[in-house]
Amino acid sequence: MSGFPAIADLDPITLAGTRPKGKRPYFFEDPAVERVMSIAMAIAMEHAVTRQRLDALERLIESKGLATRAELEQFKPDASAEAERTTWMQQYIARVLRIVQQEAEALENEAKEPPLSDLIAQMRDE
Amino acid sequence: MSKHPLPPSWQHVGRHDMFPQSGHDDTARFDFLANMNGYLSTKLSPKVRVAYDKRVKPAFEQAHVRAPETRHEVRKAMISDPIYQTWSALRRNTMEMRQQAGRGMVLRQLAPLVDKARELNEGSPNLQLDPSVKIPRHVSAVDIHCMPGGYHTELVADDISAGANYDAGIFATTGGMLGRYNDGGGQALAQWLKKEHPDFKPRRILDLGCTVGHNVVPLAQAFPDTEVIAVDVAAPMLRYAHARARSMGVDNLTFRQADAESLDYPDGHFDIISTAMFWHESSAKSMPRTLREVHRLLAKGGLSANLEQPQYHGMDPYEAFVRDWDAYNNNEPFWSVMHEYDLHKMMAAAGFEDSKYFETTVAGVVDRSIFPEANNDGEDYGRAALWTMFGAWK
Repeated sequence: MSGFPAIADLDPITLAGTRPKGKRPYFFEDPAVERVMSIAMAIAMEHAVTRQRLDALERLIESKGLATRAELEQFKPDASAEAERTTWMQQYIARVLRIVQQEAEALENEAKEPPLSDLIAQMRDE
Repeated sequence: MSKHPLPPSWQHVGRHDMFPQSGHDDTARFDFLANMNGYLSTKLSPKVRVAYDKRVKPAFEQAHVRAPETRHEVRKAMISDPIYQTWSALRRNTMEMRQQAGRGMVLRQLAPLVDKARELNEGSPNLQLDPSVKIPRHVSAVDIHCMPGGYHTELVADDISAGANYDAGIFATTGGMLGRYNDGGGQALAQWLKKEHPDFKPRRILDLGCTVGHNVVPLAQAFPDTEVIAVDVAAPMLRYAHARARSMGVDNLTFRQADAESLDYPDGHFDIISTAMFWHESSAKSMPRTLREVHRLLAKGGLSANLEQPQYHGMDPYEAFVRDWDAYNNNEPFWSVMHEYDLHKMMAAAGFEDSKYFETTVAGVVDRSIFPEANNDGEDYGRAALWTMFGAWK
C-alpha cells in the first residue's frame, strides 16, 4: 500500500518510546529533578524485571531438583567467595553513587579549578 | 479479607488469537506497573490528602478566610506541595512507562500481528473501513491518555499496533479489575439488562466509540440473535477489534469506521445505543450533536445506556480535584469539562423526555478466574469496579 513504510524499515526501539502529542506537565520546579526521577523509575522497573527473572530461575532450579530454595536462603559463601562478593558490593555502591563521590572531591579542588572556558582562553595564549 | 487484594499478575490476561505474544519480561514490566499504580492509589494518594488537610488547606484558609470551594482552587493550592508533586510525577511516569512497555512488546512483533489481523479480517463483511472518515479534533488534538499516536495513527499499512497496545495494557492499568478480557463494563451492562429488564429483546444494538470492542463483545454474546454494530473513527482499533471478536467466535457484531455524530442509519433503527468511557473523550460541540443522533437512531422504547466516571456535581472539591488529575496530566482534556455537565438536561436537550432519564451505579462483574475468593453477598471490596451509568429510554 502506498504512503506507509515497510515494517522492516521501522525502528521499534525508538517508536516504543515515542512522545505522546500534548504538552507534558512537569511537577517539580526544576525539570532536571523530573528527568532524574524518570530515569530512576525506569531503572527501578528494569531492576524489578531482573529480580522476577531471577526468582523464576530459582523456582525452576528447585522444581528440577538441582537445589532447594532453603539451600539458597542458607547459602554461605566460603572465604574466597565472600571476598569476591563483598568487593562486588563495594564496586556496585561506588558506581551508583559516583556523582556523590565526585561532588565531594570537587569541594576540595574547586577553588583551584577555573572553568574550562577560562582554560580554553588561556590555551590560545600559551 | 484485605480491602486491597493483590493485583493479579499480567500472566492471567485473556489471550485471544489476536493478542500479542509475550515473554517473561513483558509480564514482569506490566506487574511492576500494576503494583506501582496500586502503590500510588492506595499508599501515596492518602498521603496527598494528608498534605492537603494538614498544610495546604490551612494555608489557603489563612490567606482567603474560607475553605477552597472548587476543584480549581484546590488544584492551584496543591500544585506547589512536595508530596503532590512527587505523587503526580510518579503517576505521569508510570503512564509513560506503561505505553513504552506495551508498544515495545507490540512493535517488535508487528509483522506477524499485522499478518494475523489480515488473515482474520480478509473479506469479512463485519469490518467496514472508510478512509474518508475525518479524525475529529477532540481525538487528534492530543494523544489521549498519553498513547503515542492516539487511537488513530497508522504506522504501516493495515496497522493494528494502537489497538494491540491498548488491549494489552488495560489489565495492568486497572489491576485486573475489569476482568481477563478487560470487558467488565460491557459485562456489567449486559448483566444489568438481563436482571432489570429481562423481557427486553433488542433487535439491533449500536455501540459508539468502541475502540478494541472489549465492552461491546459481552453485549453481542448476551444477545446472540441481535445484530450489533460498533463504530469508531480509528481504523487501527477497528481492524484489531474485528480480529479480536472473530477470534473469540463472535459473529453477530460488525465494526464500522464512522463518526458517531452523523450515521447513515434510518430513524429508530436501534433498540439499544451503548457507550463505555466514551463521552469524556468527546467535546463540547460533539457531545450534544452525538446525543441528538442517539435520540434520532433509537426506536420508541429504546435505551441509551452510558457507562462513565461520576459527575462532579455535589462532590467534595478535593475529590473532584483528584478525579480531575487525568484531564490536566494524562491528556484527557474534555474529561474536566464533561464531568461538570448536568447530564439530565443534556439528554432532555437531545430530545429525551425528562421523566425517562436515569442515573444508577452498576457493579462490574468480578472475574472469578483471577479473583477466586468469592464474596457474592454485599460489596466485593476492591474487586468489583463500580460504574456510573446514565441514560434514558425513548
